[in-house]
Amino acid sequence: MKSSKQILDREFLELRSKLLDLAASLDRIDRAEGSVAADQRMRLLAEGIRIIGNQSPQRAYQIQQLFSRQFDPQWKQKFNLPTRN
Amino acid sequence: MYYIDPHIHMVSRTTDDYETLARMGCVAISEPAFWAGYDRGSAGGFRDYFVQLTEVEPKRAADYGIEHFTWLCINAKEAENVQLSRDVLSLIPEFLDCPNVLGIGEIGLNKNTPNESVIFQEHVELAIYHDQQILIHTPHLEDKYQGTRMILDMLADHPRLEPSRVLVDHVEEHTVREVLDAGYWAGMTLYPVTKCTPARAVDIIETVGAARLCVNSAGDWGPSKPTAVPDLIFEMRKRGHRESLIKDIVFNNPRTFFSQSKNFRIADPEAR
Repeated sequence: MKSSKQILDREFLELRSKLLDLAASLDRIDRAEGSVAADQRMRLLAEGIRIIGNQSPQRAYQIQQLFSRQFDPQWKQKFNLPTRN
Repeated sequence: MYYIDPHIHMVSRTTDDYETLARMGCVAISEPAFWAGYDRGSAGGFRDYFVQLTEVEPKRAADYGIEHFTWLCINAKEAENVQLSRDVLSLIPEFLDCPNVLGIGEIGLNKNTPNESVIFQEHVELAIYHDQQILIHTPHLEDKYQGTRMILDMLADHPRLEPSRVLVDHVEEHTVREVLDAGYWAGMTLYPVTKCTPARAVDIIETVGAARLCVNSAGDWGPSKPTAVPDLIFEMRKRGHRESLIKDIVFNNPRTFFSQSKNFRIADPEAR
């Protein structure tokens, strides 16, 4: 397993490039006509960026959860789906 | 390195792709029945598709030294049509003795609807009745977590089902642990945008370990890359992983899972 320093050395330029891509995409949206400020997807993107900035582990897991529909444990009753055992 | 692609839709790929896969070290593939990109109008359309999967594709693959295996079902998207689904389900048993059929799949959910759930359960019952393995598709993007949890709920309804004979596919960071913790196999799909990149798939391997974990390209008619498994091999080598671990992921694991089917036979090419 490589060290943190080795991984940062290997991936720094790629990470820098991904940050620039993200910033440029948001700039592109801002430059375009109209406004998407009220679009729910913009709120999700902003929250995702906040998660990336956190020091907590499992950022990828947290972002996956952010973009996921909730699970309702009572879903079978709502679907009237019989239990089969 | 020799490898198996446990999930790829070769009916949607060219013969050139078979040659490329062979050159990259692919020795076997498994092809689950899936959505063709349009809704088929009758069960007869599925019968023709099952003939293609059990007769035509094995011959195309064999021309390039690749063993071809398959799984049969009506996919989750077309399962919204319950009557059509039941007509297709009634066709499946006549194909189960074909020499390249490994089981029922890829069944699952698409938009997590009541109809999809009903047909999922009927597929599971068909698999249990005919002693077949199961390969499961989990939904895309925002529907994946909810759909995966629903699928695990439904599988738990069947005490006769052996978890070790079920693979839940397209897992990502937020679903892999629940699938593995329940005793099932898990598959990671390497897609350019909508599923795992090779780098993230290797992150998951490093996080949860290699046991009961497979990787696939799920190459099909949409944006996908049939040589994605070699991309993962390259990523693991770049990170300094042992060759034996890489071989476990791309060859030994799918071979172990598939070997539970009476129709799966493949020798380790390195032992020839």
